[in-house]
Amino acid sequence: MTSFDFTNSFRDADLVRGVMDEIRRTVTRPWVLMEICGGQTHSIVRHGLDQLLPPEIELVHGPGCPVCVTPLEQIDRALAIASRPEVIFTSYGDMLRVPGSNQDLFSIRARGGDVRVVYSPLDALKIARENPEKQVVFFAIGFETTAPPNVMAVQQAKALGLKNFSVLVSHVRVPPAIHAILSSPSNRVQGFLLAGHVCSIMGYWEYPPLAEKYRVPMVVTGFEPLDLANGILETVRLLEAGKVEVANTYTRLVTLQGNQPAQKMIAEVFMECDRAWRGIGVIPLSGWRLRPEYADFDAEQRFDVAEIVPKESPLCIAGQIMQGLKKPRDCSAFGTLCTPEHPLGATMVSSEGACAAYYKYGR
Amino acid sequence: MTDNLDITGAVCPLPLAHNEQIVLGHGSGGKMAADLIAKTFLPAFDNPALRAGDDGAVVDVPAGRIVLSTDSHVVFPLFFPGGDIGHLAVCGTVNDVAVMGATPLYLTVGFILEEGLPLDTLQRVVNSMKQAAAEAGVQIVSGDTKVVQRGKADGLYISTTGVGILPEGRNIGGAQAKPGDVVLLSGPMGDHGIAVLAARGELGFETDIQSDCAPLNGLIDDLLAACPDVHVLRDPTRGGVATTLNEIAKQSGVCITLFEKTLPVRPAVAAVCEMLGFDPLYVANEGKVLVILPRESADRALAAMRASKYGAEAVLIGEVSEAPVGRVLMKTAIGSTRVVDMLAGEMLPRIC
Repeated sequence: MTSFDFTNSFRDADLVRGVMDEIRRTVTRPWVLMEICGGQTHSIVRHGLDQLLPPEIELVHGPGCPVCVTPLEQIDRALAIASRPEVIFTSYGDMLRVPGSNQDLFSIRARGGDVRVVYSPLDALKIARENPEKQVVFFAIGFETTAPPNVMAVQQAKALGLKNFSVLVSHVRVPPAIHAILSSPSNRVQGFLLAGHVCSIMGYWEYPPLAEKYRVPMVVTGFEPLDLANGILETVRLLEAGKVEVANTYTRLVTLQGNQPAQKMIAEVFMECDRAWRGIGVIPLSGWRLRPEYADFDAEQRFDVAEIVPKESPLCIAGQIMQGLKKPRDCSAFGTLCTPEHPLGATMVSSEGACAAYYKYGR
Repeated sequence: MTDNLDITGAVCPLPLAHNEQIVLGHGSGGKMAADLIAKTFLPAFDNPALRAGDDGAVVDVPAGRIVLSTDSHVVFPLFFPGGDIGHLAVCGTVNDVAVMGATPLYLTVGFILEEGLPLDTLQRVVNSMKQAAAEAGVQIVSGDTKVVQRGKADGLYISTTGVGILPEGRNIGGAQAKPGDVVLLSGPMGDHGIAVLAARGELGFETDIQSDCAPLNGLIDDLLAACPDVHVLRDPTRGGVATTLNEIAKQSGVCITLFEKTLPVRPAVAAVCEMLGFDPLYVANEGKVLVILPRESADRALAAMRASKYGAEAVLIGEVSEAPVGRVLMKTAIGSTRVVDMLAGEMLPRIC
């Protein structure tokens, strides 16, 4: 090949097929692989990559969609805060359609609540500076990938002495989730595709002890079809060779140590905490919350929302789907009672949710 | 009361002319409204039916069936690269009439103006409507203006209704797609939606993407002259190409398969979509038309479209088959097949 173009070559049909052929030559028996990240789930289904894999390889979808795993009580807290007349509630667009116990942020907005979609927490900070008479709250959700901009917004608010900005934090981390999945007695996962963008921030130094403990190989993987094919090939190679290693196939973005200035910033603002994952339950030390020094910017403390008790739809099996135990098609409500227009659970809302991806792309 | 009232210096205060911004009086139906019509609307849209000044327009129509279509426009911001609300209000309705296979002739227009709107802004919008109507060869024959209090609207909204004539024997519509047909698209997807989004300044970066907003009746005339056997014409506006094709697949009871490799998207639009997580298949267009017709006519249709200013980049993007009924599928670039569903909910509000 004479030239490699960074937007199209990672989707090149011939290159992808070449890797698929290599996977077919390598595999000798069935393997269950989990892609941990919702962005990878979306890409796999959007490009139909799973259709090109040999039948021995089963991909199961992990709990890596930040919208999907944000716990119901936190959504209900968001709804309570957004309903207050003095509040401008800012959020990434996907969160507006996530159902709480009774309603979503869209219905709050229709009833007069000031709910705004932003693309960055720094936009929320700008809104706070422009509206000193209002309380501006940002819904800080996500994995390690979105943590740096979120902590930066809090640091800047502190530096500016802003009294009208706070964040409702619902941050989660990948390694404790992998630990929870692998320690479950019903676990089926034999190899992991690690989330490339999470690792671009955090590096992958946290994973070798996990791989070692559970005897499961893990491969840092990107998001384009060629990246995913390469990640799957490397995982299959390790499995077939009986090797327990953490390998990196996303070298154009990821190093072992990751982005150290970003990690340092996160550690200054956030501390580890137990966190409930929607559909799964509490995973010890799987979340981040604000350190006490930043309590002034904690929306949970600023607004009295601690006592909210959520009510989940009894039909939704999102928790089992996100642990790799079931597929969206196994749910009795899939595509009938539960659709992207009327989601019962969060996995049907975000484009990274396994149910929404299956529905949208007709699986 | 004083006995010696000096009234030598007293004059009755004259009402202000209010010739710089819209006030509630402009929608009163009285003198100020008449003034607005005489100074702003009539000079721009001038034609005998409008000049008559009656409650309704009396117009001549050639033989054929009448096609009627109506559309409201609430785009924000009012002006964006490649167009504005006035241009959009004329083109949108002209295109809705034209994709029925009809020749658009007349428009009526309703303005809802917000108190405080600069008259200069209204004049720019009206001039733009005049230009678009002239290009499309339609007359604006009747109109209405209402003014609402400041804060009750966002500058101005425009509703337009179009009247066109459908020649006898022509039968074009969403239910006419047949297995064996092919799907053509007149140019790249998503320019309008991304241009409006960028014009709001919310992206945090600048682009030179222009809206594709344009009247398509000329292109459609040329196409139908070359290929009278066209089955379906539709402009993929809100919801984009994906949503429009889903509507057609359901109306016609057929399956439509797209070829990902041939889908036209400008690199700048593709880049913005990658960054924001949009799919250009779902982003709005205001100057594109989807054409479904028998495969043997495809080359002639493409040649006719490419000869027109607004169809220079026309391509074949898909084909029609029997099953699965009501589905749109896509052959992906890497050789797999997936479903292309309708848009769920609102992706980008107030783009038209």
